[in-house]
Amino acid sequence: MEIPFAILTALTLVSALAAMSLRNLVHCALCLALTLAGLAALYLQLGAQFAGFAQILVYVGAVAILVVFAILLTNRGDQAAATRAPARSWVTGAGIAVAVFAVLARVILTSSLATGHPMVDRGSPTVKDLGMQLMTQYVLPLEVIGLLLTAATLGAVIIALPEKKTPAAAAPNH
Amino acid sequence: MIADLLNGIGLLLWRVVSDQPDAKGALLPVLPAVLQPVVSAVLSVAPIIGVFASLFALTTLLERKGLGRIQNRLGPNRVGPFGILQPAADGLKMLTKEDIIPRSADKVVHFLAPVCLAVPTLLAFAVLPYGRNLVPLDLDAGLLFFFAVGASTELSIFMAGWSSRNKYSLLGAMRAIAQMISYEIPLIVSSVTVVMMTGTLSPMHIVEHQAGFIWGFIPHWYVLTPWGFAGFVIFTIASLAESNRSPFDLPEAESELIAGHLTEYSGFKYALFFLAEYLGMFAISGLGVTLFLGGWHAPLPGLEWIPSFVWFFGKLVSMVFLFIWIRGTVPRLRVDQLLNLAWKFLLPLALINLVVAAVWHFTAVWTFPGALVVRWLLGAALIGGPYVLLGSALSGAKKNTLRVYRYAT
Amino acid sequence: MLGEGIIKGMAETARNFLGSYHDAARLTTVEFPEDKIPAKESARNFPFLVHDGEDAMQGLRCVACQICEKECPPKCIFIIKDTNKKPDYVGKLQFQPKVFDIDVSVCMSCQICVEVCPFDAIKMDTDFELGGSDRFGGLLLNKRRLAKPNSYYHTIHPTEAAEVDGRLAAEKAKVEAKAKADAEAKAKAAAAAAAAKAAAQTTPPVVASTPAAVVTPAK
Ligand code: SF4
Ligand code: SF4
Repeated sequence: MEIPFAILTALTLVSALAAMSLRNLVHCALCLALTLAGLAALYLQLGAQFAGFAQILVYVGAVAILVVFAILLTNRGDQAAATRAPARSWVTGAGIAVAVFAVLARVILTSSLATGHPMVDRGSPTVKDLGMQLMTQYVLPLEVIGLLLTAATLGAVIIALPEKKTPAAAAPNH
Repeated sequence: MIADLLNGIGLLLWRVVSDQPDAKGALLPVLPAVLQPVVSAVLSVAPIIGVFASLFALTTLLERKGLGRIQNRLGPNRVGPFGILQPAADGLKMLTKEDIIPRSADKVVHFLAPVCLAVPTLLAFAVLPYGRNLVPLDLDAGLLFFFAVGASTELSIFMAGWSSRNKYSLLGAMRAIAQMISYEIPLIVSSVTVVMMTGTLSPMHIVEHQAGFIWGFIPHWYVLTPWGFAGFVIFTIASLAESNRSPFDLPEAESELIAGHLTEYSGFKYALFFLAEYLGMFAISGLGVTLFLGGWHAPLPGLEWIPSFVWFFGKLVSMVFLFIWIRGTVPRLRVDQLLNLAWKFLLPLALINLVVAAVWHFTAVWTFPGALVVRWLLGAALIGGPYVLLGSALSGAKKNTLRVYRYAT
Repeated sequence: MLGEGIIKGMAETARNFLGSYHDAARLTTVEFPEDKIPAKESARNFPFLVHDGEDAMQGLRCVACQICEKECPPKCIFIIKDTNKKPDYVGKLQFQPKVFDIDVSVCMSCQICVEVCPFDAIKMDTDFELGGSDRFGGLLLNKRRLAKPNSYYHTIHPTEAAEVDGRLAAEKAKVEAKAKADAEAKAKAAAAAAAAKAAAQTTPPVVASTPAAVVTPAK
């Protein structure tokens, strides 16, 4: 239990560091994918099958692809400009980092690890249990997220639709 | 000691052949405790690699032979009797070829891509039930596992295409990714139909749900229900696209893209890609067999004495043969046709199929005589109608008209 | 209906698949090294040099005029002229190639060399089994390997060869006729001269003796 955990953690951390520090943007994206896969493996090791597989399916399968596509479509991935980020993004980045750290710290401090309360072992949840919960207790958030995603998809489709040509523009320009 | 060991191996083989549970349990107790986990893992993994690697060799031969016959040729018949040693010759050729890495390629990524592709492809075999008691890993979320590892192959194809520093490779990889992402959705939705009907994500349990016979002789396979049939057809089309097989072999289109992301690979790495492609095809066919064709169940009541894995592999090989047959028949699609087929035809049908499955499920309470036939006809009408309407709407939309050239005269 | 065409196509390929097992007439291919489809008369791949008679090097029709070398688009012909001349088919002295190489790994089988050759010396071959273990030298054909008798040309391209032979024969006949006519004319002239001489001799000796007297000291 300990050795695989150590290996996975090391892998995740090293690839996360590489994702931040490598020069080549595509390499960064690939390392990011590795980080996400490492996280998925950690979830699996903790017995959270659904979270682990969903992490691979969504993050390695889709988000990483999206990232590399975005890199390739916006600039030459192999010649990442070594420009310094403007000051405003530094501030925003730091703000996000602090916020994430605060949330994580709070969660850890209130967890049974820090408070010393004995953990309640409810057994690893099966996918069926998760589904039941989603369909009963958390049905409203689920529907809201569904609606949001549908709206986002529709928006993407509308943006991608070819613009209606005005008669002048539609005329063949010889 | 030796006698115990031989005894254990014999018992293990007997249990495998006669479909008894806990085959590994026959051998493990006679081994020293340190060795047990290692041997257990090897016993699970080695047969998969061995069996599917030989199936790969066999399929390359069958494919070339079959395509030859379809085109009224003989196919390979020089190496060994009837050419059966052809795969060995091909393999030797692949392995002894020069391994070329383009000078400007990204060496590390170029090297890692085939490995990253082969590993998830092999992992997918872990959750398939090969026989009544033969499943390497009975995961509660097995189906999810299968699709998760399947999704991670896309990144390896991107790696291969990008690291080669070749425009054909990159274009091929982009096409491959667009295609795989598009077809993953109908593939998953058509599988979800089965999940919905069985209420489980474990392939093992899905197969168990398909046991038994209707009226004593019609097997209770999902492909024989209206929603199951439609699901199977959608699944097959989508899996052809997922495994980059003709008519969806655009990413590799030899005549347009000189083999796409494989352009800059040679020797052993090319062989790895080739192997991964075929293994992917086997895995996805195996999943199709599991979901719709009753897995390892025998097709007729009297045939259950034949070991269950024989049925599984028989069905798998038939699926592969179907793939080869389709490859010999249908020409390659254009990119726009490919994406239209996925998004405008397969996806709506797969969604409608979910509704059909629900109707099938809720009409299960009907008990009047002939209820099964009525349900069947109802289901067929519910999925057949949209099929005809969508089909005519999509194919009628683009009538062949005289092409108008905007710039050329 | 959508998918109908695919079903029809699958039925067709299935018919091919099954049919090819019991109906050998369906098989469109032959098993190559053992069976060969005879080359079509119009087939061509690489050029060869035609020679007449038994001795290949003596009978080469090529006169090393180097027109083909200049015209070959990928420049795969290489010729060096020999200083010795040899008689051609009509007996006229002509140059001959000392070196005549064609690199068939470069040749694109365009037949331009054949079209431009004024001597019908280079023709297209149909032999395609050129495989060898030497990647560079094996495909650089020298004039010994390129030379093939006219009878071979007749077996691969009978119509064309007959036409060429006819043309050459006609030319030869014309040349010979001309030679004969020339010879006859010469003979006639000679005869006329002789006759004139004879006539002169029959004239009074006074006139005849004068030139003889002039010529004699010059000898
Ligand atoms: S056939 Fe064409 S390419 Fe070949 S030697 Fe003759 S002129 Fe050159
Ligand atoms: S082959 Fe013909 S054109 Fe070429 S050098 Fe000889 S005579 Fe001239």
